[in-house]
Amino acid sequence: MTDFIQDQPLRIAGREFSSRLLVGTGKYRDFDETGEAIAASGANVVTFAVRRTNLGQQAGEPNLLDVVPPERFTLLPNTAGCYTARDAVRTCKLARELLDGHRLVKLEVLGDDSTLYPNVVETLAAAEELINDGFDVMVYTSDDPIVARELERLGCCAIMPLGSLIGSGHGIQNPHNIRLIIEHANVPVLVDAGIGTASDAAMAMELGCDGVLMNSAIANARQPVLMASAMKKAVEAGREAFLAGRMPRRQTADPSSPFAGRING
Amino acid sequence: MHITLNGEAHTLAPDLTIAQLVESLGLTGRRIAVEVNEEIVPRSEHAATPLGEGDRVEVVHAIGGG
Repeated sequence: MTDFIQDQPLRIAGREFSSRLLVGTGKYRDFDETGEAIAASGANVVTFAVRRTNLGQQAGEPNLLDVVPPERFTLLPNTAGCYTARDAVRTCKLARELLDGHRLVKLEVLGDDSTLYPNVVETLAAAEELINDGFDVMVYTSDDPIVARELERLGCCAIMPLGSLIGSGHGIQNPHNIRLIIEHANVPVLVDAGIGTASDAAMAMELGCDGVLMNSAIANARQPVLMASAMKKAVEAGREAFLAGRMPRRQTADPSSPFAGRING
Repeated sequence: MHITLNGEAHTLAPDLTIAQLVESLGLTGRRIAVEVNEEIVPRSEHAATPLGEGDRVEVVHAIGGG
Protein backbone atom coordinates (compact mmCIF):
# COMPACT_ATOMS: atom_id res chain seq x y z
CA MET A 1 0.00 0.00 0.00
CA THR A 2 3.06 2.24 -0.12
CA ASP A 3 2.10 3.77 -3.46
CA PHE A 4 -1.54 4.31 -2.55
CA ILE A 5 -2.64 7.70 -3.84
CA GLN A 6 -4.22 9.76 -1.11
CA ASP A 7 -7.03 11.77 -2.68
CA GLN A 8 -7.22 15.48 -2.12
CA PRO A 9 -10.45 17.27 -1.25
CA LEU A 10 -12.33 18.99 -4.04
CA ARG A 11 -11.27 22.65 -4.04
CA ILE A 12 -13.50 25.31 -5.55
CA ALA A 13 -12.90 29.04 -5.11
CA GLY A 14 -10.81 28.53 -1.99
CA ARG A 15 -13.26 26.15 -0.31
CA GLU A 16 -12.60 22.45 0.29
CA PHE A 17 -15.18 19.69 0.04
CA SER A 18 -14.82 16.05 1.05
CA SER A 19 -17.66 14.94 -1.26
CA ARG A 20 -17.34 15.18 -5.02
CA LEU A 21 -21.08 14.76 -5.48
CA LEU A 22 -23.08 18.00 -5.67
CA VAL A 23 -26.86 17.79 -5.64
CA GLY A 24 -29.94 19.79 -6.53
CA THR A 25 -33.09 20.22 -4.47
CA GLY A 26 -35.80 20.14 -7.14
CA LYS A 27 -38.49 17.58 -8.01
CA TYR A 28 -38.72 15.92 -4.58
CA ARG A 29 -42.07 14.86 -3.13
CA ASP A 30 -41.60 17.08 -0.07
CA PHE A 31 -38.93 18.64 2.12
CA ASP A 32 -38.59 15.47 4.22
CA GLU A 33 -37.62 13.48 1.15
CA THR A 34 -35.31 16.31 0.03
CA GLY A 35 -33.50 16.25 3.36
CA GLU A 36 -33.20 12.45 3.52
CA ALA A 37 -31.88 12.20 -0.03
CA ILE A 38 -29.30 14.93 0.52
CA ALA A 39 -28.15 13.25 3.72
CA ALA A 40 -27.81 9.90 1.91
CA SER A 41 -25.87 11.53 -0.92
CA GLY A 42 -23.26 12.88 1.49
CA ALA A 43 -23.12 16.07 -0.60
CA ASN A 44 -21.51 19.19 0.88
CA VAL A 45 -22.67 21.50 -1.90
CA VAL A 46 -26.39 21.88 -2.56
CA THR A 47 -27.91 23.96 -5.32
CA PHE A 48 -31.28 25.72 -5.25
CA ALA A 49 -33.34 28.11 -7.37
CA VAL A 50 -34.52 31.66 -6.67
CA ARG A 51 -38.20 32.41 -7.32
CA ARG A 52 -40.89 34.93 -6.47
CA THR A 53 -42.22 34.40 -2.97
CA ASN A 54 -45.77 33.12 -2.76
CA LEU A 55 -47.48 36.15 -1.24
CA GLY A 56 -50.44 34.23 0.11
CA GLN A 57 -48.30 31.98 2.30
CA GLN A 58 -49.07 31.15 5.89
CA ALA A 59 -46.78 32.06 8.75
CA GLY A 60 -44.53 29.13 9.61
CA GLU A 61 -44.73 27.61 6.12
CA PRO A 62 -41.62 25.43 5.67
CA ASN A 63 -38.70 26.90 3.79
CA LEU A 64 -36.09 25.03 1.76
CA LEU A 65 -33.32 26.66 3.76
CA ASP A 66 -34.65 24.95 6.90
CA VAL A 67 -33.83 21.60 5.22
CA VAL A 68 -30.41 22.71 3.93
CA PRO A 69 -29.24 25.24 6.52
CA PRO A 70 -26.36 27.46 5.36
CA GLU A 71 -24.45 26.53 8.52
CA ARG A 72 -24.22 22.87 7.44
CA PHE A 73 -24.06 23.05 3.65
CA THR A 74 -22.37 25.19 1.05
CA LEU A 75 -25.36 26.62 -0.74
CA LEU A 76 -25.11 27.13 -4.45
CA PRO A 77 -27.84 29.41 -5.77
CA ASN A 78 -28.45 28.81 -9.46
CA THR A 79 -29.89 30.84 -12.32
CA ALA A 80 -32.06 28.04 -13.69
CA GLY A 81 -34.86 29.44 -15.82
CA CYS A 82 -32.85 32.46 -17.00
CA TYR A 83 -32.64 32.97 -20.77
CA THR A 84 -30.61 36.19 -20.82
CA ALA A 85 -27.39 37.36 -19.19
CA ARG A 86 -29.36 40.23 -17.67
CA ASP A 87 -31.82 37.95 -15.87
CA ALA A 88 -29.02 35.66 -14.69
CA VAL A 89 -27.05 38.57 -13.22
CA ARG A 90 -30.19 39.91 -11.49
CA THR A 91 -30.88 36.46 -10.05
CA CYS A 92 -27.33 36.14 -8.70
CA LYS A 93 -27.58 39.53 -7.03
CA LEU A 94 -30.88 38.53 -5.41
CA ALA A 95 -29.25 35.30 -4.21
CA ARG A 96 -26.32 37.22 -2.74
CA GLU A 97 -28.76 39.38 -0.78
CA LEU A 98 -30.79 36.31 0.23
CA LEU A 99 -27.67 34.64 1.65
CA ASP A 100 -26.10 37.71 3.26
CA GLY A 101 -23.29 38.38 0.82
CA HIS A 102 -22.67 34.81 -0.41
CA ARG A 103 -20.52 34.89 -3.57
CA LEU A 104 -20.56 31.33 -4.93
CA VAL A 105 -23.17 30.82 -7.67
CA LYS A 106 -24.05 28.35 -10.39
CA LEU A 107 -24.55 30.27 -13.61
CA GLU A 108 -26.75 28.76 -16.26
CA VAL A 109 -28.28 30.70 -19.13
CA LEU A 110 -30.58 28.59 -21.24
CA GLY A 111 -31.28 28.68 -24.96
CA ASP A 112 -34.79 27.29 -25.29
CA ASP A 113 -37.54 25.46 -23.44
CA SER A 114 -37.37 22.09 -25.14
CA THR A 115 -33.64 21.44 -24.91
CA LEU A 116 -32.64 23.70 -21.99
CA TYR A 117 -29.36 23.77 -23.89
CA PRO A 118 -26.98 26.48 -22.66
CA ASN A 119 -26.91 29.74 -24.63
CA VAL A 120 -23.15 30.14 -24.54
CA VAL A 121 -23.17 33.71 -25.90
CA GLU A 122 -25.35 34.90 -23.01
CA THR A 123 -23.46 32.64 -20.59
CA LEU A 124 -20.11 34.23 -21.50
CA ALA A 125 -21.56 37.74 -21.11
CA ALA A 126 -23.11 36.92 -17.73
CA ALA A 127 -19.95 35.21 -16.47
CA GLU A 128 -17.85 38.26 -17.25
CA GLU A 129 -20.26 40.66 -15.54
CA LEU A 130 -20.63 38.45 -12.45
CA ILE A 131 -16.89 37.92 -12.05
CA ASN A 132 -16.31 41.67 -12.35
CA ASP A 133 -18.89 42.11 -9.59
CA GLY A 134 -17.00 39.74 -7.26
CA PHE A 135 -18.97 36.53 -7.71
CA ASP A 136 -17.34 33.07 -7.76
CA VAL A 137 -18.93 31.53 -10.82
CA MET A 138 -19.41 27.80 -11.37
CA VAL A 139 -20.68 27.72 -14.91
CA TYR A 140 -23.00 25.30 -16.67
CA THR A 141 -22.04 25.05 -20.32
CA SER A 142 -22.05 22.90 -23.41
CA ASP A 143 -19.38 20.22 -23.87
CA ASP A 144 -17.48 22.48 -26.28
CA PRO A 145 -13.81 22.60 -25.21
CA ILE A 146 -13.27 26.05 -26.72
CA VAL A 147 -16.20 27.57 -24.87
CA ALA A 148 -14.91 25.89 -21.70
CA ARG A 149 -11.51 27.47 -22.27
CA GLU A 150 -13.04 30.93 -22.77
CA LEU A 151 -15.11 30.59 -19.58
CA GLU A 152 -11.98 29.67 -17.65
CA ARG A 153 -10.12 32.61 -19.21
CA LEU A 154 -12.87 34.93 -17.94
CA GLY A 155 -12.23 33.62 -14.43
CA CYS A 156 -14.93 31.02 -13.78
CA CYS A 157 -13.97 28.91 -10.74
CA ALA A 158 -15.45 25.66 -12.10
CA ILE A 159 -16.46 24.52 -15.57
CA MET A 160 -19.57 22.34 -15.66
CA PRO A 161 -20.28 20.84 -19.08
CA LEU A 162 -23.46 18.88 -19.67
CA GLY A 163 -23.29 15.12 -20.06
CA SER A 164 -26.56 15.32 -21.99
CA LEU A 165 -29.71 17.46 -21.80
CA ILE A 166 -30.92 18.58 -18.36
CA GLY A 167 -33.30 16.04 -16.88
CA SER A 168 -32.88 13.63 -19.81
CA GLY A 169 -31.01 10.88 -17.98
CA HIS A 170 -29.09 10.10 -21.17
CA GLY A 171 -25.75 9.99 -19.41
CA ILE A 172 -22.54 11.25 -20.98
CA GLN A 173 -23.12 11.47 -24.70
CA ASN A 174 -19.69 12.75 -25.68
CA PRO A 175 -17.05 11.44 -23.29
CA HIS A 176 -14.30 12.51 -25.69
CA ASN A 177 -15.28 16.16 -25.36
CA ILE A 178 -15.48 15.89 -21.58
CA ARG A 179 -11.97 14.43 -21.59
CA LEU A 180 -10.71 17.25 -23.84
CA ILE A 181 -12.17 19.83 -21.47
CA ILE A 182 -10.55 18.11 -18.48
CA GLU A 183 -7.15 17.85 -20.18
CA HIS A 184 -6.99 21.58 -20.84
CA ALA A 185 -8.67 23.00 -17.74
CA ASN A 186 -6.83 24.41 -14.75
CA VAL A 187 -9.99 24.73 -12.67
CA PRO A 188 -12.30 21.91 -11.52
CA VAL A 189 -14.48 20.30 -14.20
CA LEU A 190 -17.79 18.81 -13.10
CA VAL A 191 -20.35 17.08 -15.27
CA ASP A 192 -23.63 18.87 -14.65
CA ALA A 193 -26.81 17.51 -16.26
CA GLY A 194 -27.70 14.29 -17.99
CA ILE A 195 -26.70 11.76 -15.34
CA GLY A 196 -29.30 8.96 -15.31
CA THR A 197 -27.93 6.27 -13.07
CA ALA A 198 -24.94 5.30 -10.96
CA SER A 199 -22.79 4.05 -13.84
CA ASP A 200 -23.08 7.47 -15.54
CA ALA A 201 -21.72 9.16 -12.43
CA ALA A 202 -18.91 6.60 -12.16
CA MET A 203 -18.08 7.18 -15.83
CA ALA A 204 -17.81 10.93 -15.29
CA MET A 205 -15.36 10.38 -12.46
CA GLU A 206 -13.39 7.72 -14.38
CA LEU A 207 -12.95 10.25 -17.18
CA GLY A 208 -11.19 12.44 -14.63
CA CYS A 209 -13.93 14.87 -13.67
CA ASP A 210 -13.41 16.60 -10.34
CA GLY A 211 -17.05 16.12 -9.43
CA VAL A 212 -20.60 15.54 -10.60
CA LEU A 213 -23.70 17.67 -10.09
CA MET A 214 -27.10 16.02 -10.39
CA ASN A 215 -30.73 16.44 -9.41
CA SER A 216 -33.21 14.45 -11.51
CA ALA A 217 -31.27 11.17 -11.40
CA ILE A 218 -31.86 11.10 -7.64
CA ALA A 219 -35.20 12.88 -7.32
CA ASN A 220 -36.86 10.99 -10.19
CA ALA A 221 -35.65 7.55 -9.10
CA ARG A 222 -38.35 5.23 -7.79
CA GLN A 223 -36.58 5.39 -4.43
CA PRO A 224 -34.70 8.71 -4.30
CA VAL A 225 -32.98 8.13 -0.96
CA LEU A 226 -31.60 4.76 -2.09
CA MET A 227 -30.45 6.29 -5.38
CA ALA A 228 -28.73 9.10 -3.49
CA SER A 229 -26.78 6.45 -1.60
CA ALA A 230 -25.94 4.69 -4.88
CA MET A 231 -24.68 7.94 -6.38
CA LYS A 232 -22.45 8.62 -3.40
CA LYS A 233 -20.82 5.21 -3.89
CA ALA A 234 -20.62 5.61 -7.67
CA VAL A 235 -18.82 8.95 -7.42
CA GLU A 236 -16.41 7.54 -4.84
CA ALA A 237 -15.83 4.36 -6.87
CA GLY A 238 -15.32 6.28 -10.10
CA ARG A 239 -12.87 8.63 -8.41
CA GLU A 240 -10.87 5.76 -6.92
CA ALA A 241 -10.82 3.97 -10.27
CA PHE A 242 -9.53 7.14 -11.94
CA LEU A 243 -6.79 7.54 -9.34
CA ALA A 244 -5.92 3.83 -9.51
CA GLY A 245 -5.60 3.98 -13.30
CA ARG A 246 -7.46 1.41 -15.36
CA MET A 247 -5.72 -1.57 -16.96
CA PRO A 248 -4.94 -1.25 -20.65
CA ARG A 249 -7.48 -2.66 -23.09
CA ARG A 250 -6.22 -5.72 -25.01
CA GLN A 251 -7.31 -7.26 -28.29
CA THR A 252 -6.76 -10.82 -27.06
CA ALA A 253 -7.44 -12.75 -23.86
CA ASP A 254 -4.87 -12.88 -21.11
CA PRO A 255 -5.44 -15.62 -18.51
CA SER A 256 -5.37 -14.64 -14.87
CA SER A 257 -4.25 -18.16 -13.84
CA PRO A 258 -0.73 -19.26 -14.86
CA PHE A 259 -0.30 -21.80 -17.67
CA ALA A 260 2.64 -23.48 -15.86
CA GLY A 261 1.79 -26.47 -13.70
CA ARG A 262 -1.45 -27.42 -15.40
CA ILE A 263 -2.31 -31.11 -14.78
CA ASN A 264 -2.68 -31.66 -18.54
CA GLY A 265 0.62 -29.84 -19.32
CA MET B 1 -50.00 54.41 -4.43
CA HIS B 2 -49.78 51.78 -7.17
CA ILE B 3 -46.89 49.35 -7.46
CA THR B 4 -46.19 46.13 -9.30
CA LEU B 5 -45.36 43.39 -6.80
CA ASN B 6 -44.03 40.10 -8.16
CA GLY B 7 -45.58 40.94 -11.52
CA GLU B 8 -49.04 41.87 -10.21
CA ALA B 9 -50.64 45.27 -9.65
CA HIS B 10 -51.08 46.28 -6.00
CA THR B 11 -52.48 49.40 -4.36
CA LEU B 12 -50.73 50.48 -1.15
CA ALA B 13 -51.01 53.31 1.38
CA PRO B 14 -48.77 56.23 0.42
CA ASP B 15 -45.22 56.43 1.81
CA LEU B 16 -45.13 52.77 2.83
CA THR B 17 -41.60 51.53 3.44
CA ILE B 18 -40.25 48.20 2.23
CA ALA B 19 -40.16 46.96 5.82
CA GLN B 20 -43.86 47.83 6.20
CA LEU B 21 -44.71 46.11 2.93
CA VAL B 22 -42.80 43.00 4.04
CA GLU B 23 -44.64 43.06 7.36
CA SER B 24 -48.02 43.43 5.66
CA LEU B 25 -47.21 40.35 3.60
CA GLY B 26 -46.41 38.37 6.77
CA LEU B 27 -42.82 37.88 5.66
CA THR B 28 -40.95 39.69 8.43
CA GLY B 29 -38.01 37.57 9.56
CA ARG B 30 -38.27 35.19 6.61
CA ARG B 31 -35.33 34.56 4.31
CA ILE B 32 -36.26 36.77 1.40
CA ALA B 33 -34.55 39.26 -0.88
CA VAL B 34 -36.12 42.44 -2.24
CA GLU B 35 -35.44 44.22 -5.49
CA VAL B 36 -37.02 47.56 -6.46
CA ASN B 37 -36.85 48.66 -10.09
CA GLU B 38 -34.18 46.01 -10.71
CA GLU B 39 -31.92 47.22 -7.91
CA ILE B 40 -31.32 45.16 -4.76
CA VAL B 41 -32.41 46.86 -1.55
CA PRO B 42 -30.33 45.36 1.29
CA ARG B 43 -32.25 44.08 4.29
CA SER B 44 -30.58 46.69 6.49
CA GLU B 45 -32.19 49.44 4.40
CA HIS B 46 -35.77 48.10 4.26
CA ALA B 47 -37.00 50.21 7.17
CA ALA B 48 -35.58 53.42 5.72
CA THR B 49 -36.62 52.91 2.10
CA PRO B 50 -40.04 54.27 1.09
CA LEU B 51 -41.76 52.89 -1.98
CA GLY B 52 -42.87 55.22 -4.76
CA GLU B 53 -45.63 55.37 -7.34
CA GLY B 54 -45.08 52.87 -10.13
CA ASP B 55 -42.28 50.96 -8.39
CA ARG B 56 -41.66 47.44 -9.61
CA VAL B 57 -40.96 45.28 -6.58
CA GLU B 58 -39.73 41.69 -6.54
CA VAL B 59 -39.73 39.60 -3.37
CA VAL B 60 -37.93 36.29 -3.83
CA HIS B 61 -36.91 33.26 -1.79
CA ALA B 62 -35.08 29.95 -2.17
CA ILE B 63 -36.93 27.00 -3.67
CA GLY B 64 -35.96 23.51 -4.79
CA GLY B 65 -34.08 23.40 -8.07
CA GLY B 66 -31.13 21.83 -9.80
